[in-house]
Amino acid sequence: MKNRMNTRRSLIALAALATFTLTSPVSAQDKSIVVSSTTSTQDSGLFGHILPLFKAKTGIDVKVVSQGTGQALDTGRRGDADVVFVHAKPQEEKFVADGFGVKRFPVMYNDFVLIGPKNDPAGVKGRDIVAALKTIKEKSAPFISRGDRSGTHAAELNLWKIAAVDIAKDKGAWYKEIGQGMGAALNTASASNAYVLADRGTWLSFKNRGDLAIIVEGDNRLFNQYGVILVNPAKHPTVKKDFGQAFIDWLVSAEGQKAITDYKIGGQQLFFANATVPGA
Amino acid sequence: MRAPLTDLPVAFEDVSLRIRDFTILDRVSLHLAPGAPTVLIGPNGSGKTTLLRVAMGLIEPTAGRVTWGGREHIPPQRRAIVFQRPAMLRRSTAANIEYALAQAGAMRSDWPAHVAELLGLVGLAGFEARPARRLSGGEQQRLALARALARDPEILFLDEPTASLDPAATKAIEDVIRTVAARGIKVVMSTHDLGEARRLAGEIVLLHRGHVVESGTAADFFAGPKTDAARRFIAGELLI
Amino acid sequence: MPSDLTAVQLVLSADPELMGIVSLSLTVSLAAVACAALIGIPLGALIALTRFPGREACIVVLNALMGLPPVVVGLAVYLLLSRSGPLGSWGLLFTPQAMVIAQAILVTPIIAALARQTIEDLWVEYREELAAMNVGPLGRIATLIWDGRFSLTTALLAGFGRAAAEVGAVIIVGGNIDGFTRTMTTAIALETSKGDLPLAIGLGIVLIAIVIVVNALAWGARRAGERFSG
Repeated sequence: MKNRMNTRRSLIALAALATFTLTSPVSAQDKSIVVSSTTSTQDSGLFGHILPLFKAKTGIDVKVVSQGTGQALDTGRRGDADVVFVHAKPQEEKFVADGFGVKRFPVMYNDFVLIGPKNDPAGVKGRDIVAALKTIKEKSAPFISRGDRSGTHAAELNLWKIAAVDIAKDKGAWYKEIGQGMGAALNTASASNAYVLADRGTWLSFKNRGDLAIIVEGDNRLFNQYGVILVNPAKHPTVKKDFGQAFIDWLVSAEGQKAITDYKIGGQQLFFANATVPGA
Repeated sequence: MRAPLTDLPVAFEDVSLRIRDFTILDRVSLHLAPGAPTVLIGPNGSGKTTLLRVAMGLIEPTAGRVTWGGREHIPPQRRAIVFQRPAMLRRSTAANIEYALAQAGAMRSDWPAHVAELLGLVGLAGFEARPARRLSGGEQQRLALARALARDPEILFLDEPTASLDPAATKAIEDVIRTVAARGIKVVMSTHDLGEARRLAGEIVLLHRGHVVESGTAADFFAGPKTDAARRFIAGELLI
Repeated sequence: MPSDLTAVQLVLSADPELMGIVSLSLTVSLAAVACAALIGIPLGALIALTRFPGREACIVVLNALMGLPPVVVGLAVYLLLSRSGPLGSWGLLFTPQAMVIAQAILVTPIIAALARQTIEDLWVEYREELAAMNVGPLGRIATLIWDGRFSLTTALLAGFGRAAAEVGAVIIVGGNIDGFTRTMTTAIALETSKGDLPLAIGLGIVLIAIVIVVNALAWGARRAGERFSG
């Protein structure tokens, strides 16, 4: 019964393979941290640019899980990340106030842009985002909302508020909440020739633009501040506080800030380092 | 290696089998002891196949008792059966026999010799590596016989071993049966072929509607049947 | 991944990043299938060979679980493995191991249900022979699994296909971390969200090609095996 011996042997091999895959990467995990961040930092390619520099300097592997800001903060709250790196200042401050984070450090900002069909059917082109949103609402021009509790979603809701539009009440068929990331929102807008609020970084690296173009940019109210927070080791003892703090320290150091400033797509700078600006 | 106990004789004492309203075996009493082959005859549906399964211990009767070597409810140790349509394991011809040898507790080092001997006995020498399920009907029947013999049985049950075989294949099987019987293995087989019964039987059991109509030595049965049903059956009339 | 290259160029140039993603996809899916097979095949055999009250209901549920929604499984495993969850101390969230666990849960019902059908069909054929040979319960299960091995590969392939094509569970429990938990499917999801549809489609074609190759290898092995043991 040579066959039966072979089966036994291959079963053992399979079990060994399973055990191997289940145990081996753990050792490689030693000098690494998990950062929960937003889709904008990931999709724009910023992390692809700065993380190798950080790794070269410190030997620390940064594993980025990119989610919407709300979800990214939840991941931190559950203790599943060592560092959160997001853009929604009030939520970040609440995160720290609730004891889930140690301290918030401002890192950089980018800006939001209003994207829409090139021919601008609602006629809102210009610098004033508030006027643009009012017009879109009045004309019921198609608008795509992230609807996913992300930082961009929070920023969009805040802008509607400034424009004195009660979007929860006034939304109609023209306003579509897709509940997905920035890329998906842009894909949807591209496919349906709708307006959408996007961060500039994701827009610049986005490839499936179709007929879309920037319609509104440069308004002060479109600034988008990023902050970074170490998850509180007092709440979650598994947090790798030394490696996590090393990452934060590097981001706000002159070297990290320069790396952020240096990241460009097609000659355009995406993120503006401002760790030293008080109150950012 | 083996328990000193024997499965023989196989005794039926007033055995009945009823499934819902159907009586399949009706107060059968039988004594199967070492000796020449016992052949079960009777029309289709008379209970031959069921009787073999009960004798093998695969079906529990609903009334009466069956004993093997005087003991009830013992698993098949030194008895074996070849079904009318035997299932071939999805393995090679040799592996089918090796499987039975392993189940019977034969020493692994003895397997090759056993396999060669058994395949030679049933005329399948050289078929070792052939997939069993690709053999012809007659070859499968012979392999099933070899597989049953691999259990080193004292008693061998055969259910219509030559049904649907051509005369040459039938002769091959009957020759093996004679050889087996000559080695002292008790053969109990069913057939609906009276000629086969005449050629092989030492004892005859005539079943009709689950009941033993007549039993005795083959010579007596064919020379002077005692019952009207037996006379009509031998004469080739239909028993309904 | 350099996005100015087409997927075909990536494959032809054996782009190391792509190779890493492909090998992680294969490792995770194969490990998940291996774990699922170790549980699912004996489980399927047990249900095939035993009779107990509620068995029919058990089979219906098992068949229904073949369609477990990956996102739900992903979420459940996420909540289990999260630091705040019951198994948080294992520290497995956002690792390949977590992806193996989630996929194994998805695949086990598929393998168990298909194995049950295969083994039960074989059992109908073998039952009396095995009883006549006085084969015990464990021996029966071993025999039926061994003799059904070629049919069971179909169950394993169905499980592998499900695991390799699945994105909902792995993206939740793996986190789609670059170079660590990024698989073919999560990479496709990412490229889609970046609007790089040609690269996403190209990666999709690569994934389909891999699944076809794995199936072809298994098919070849099955044919060769059947020739020798029918």
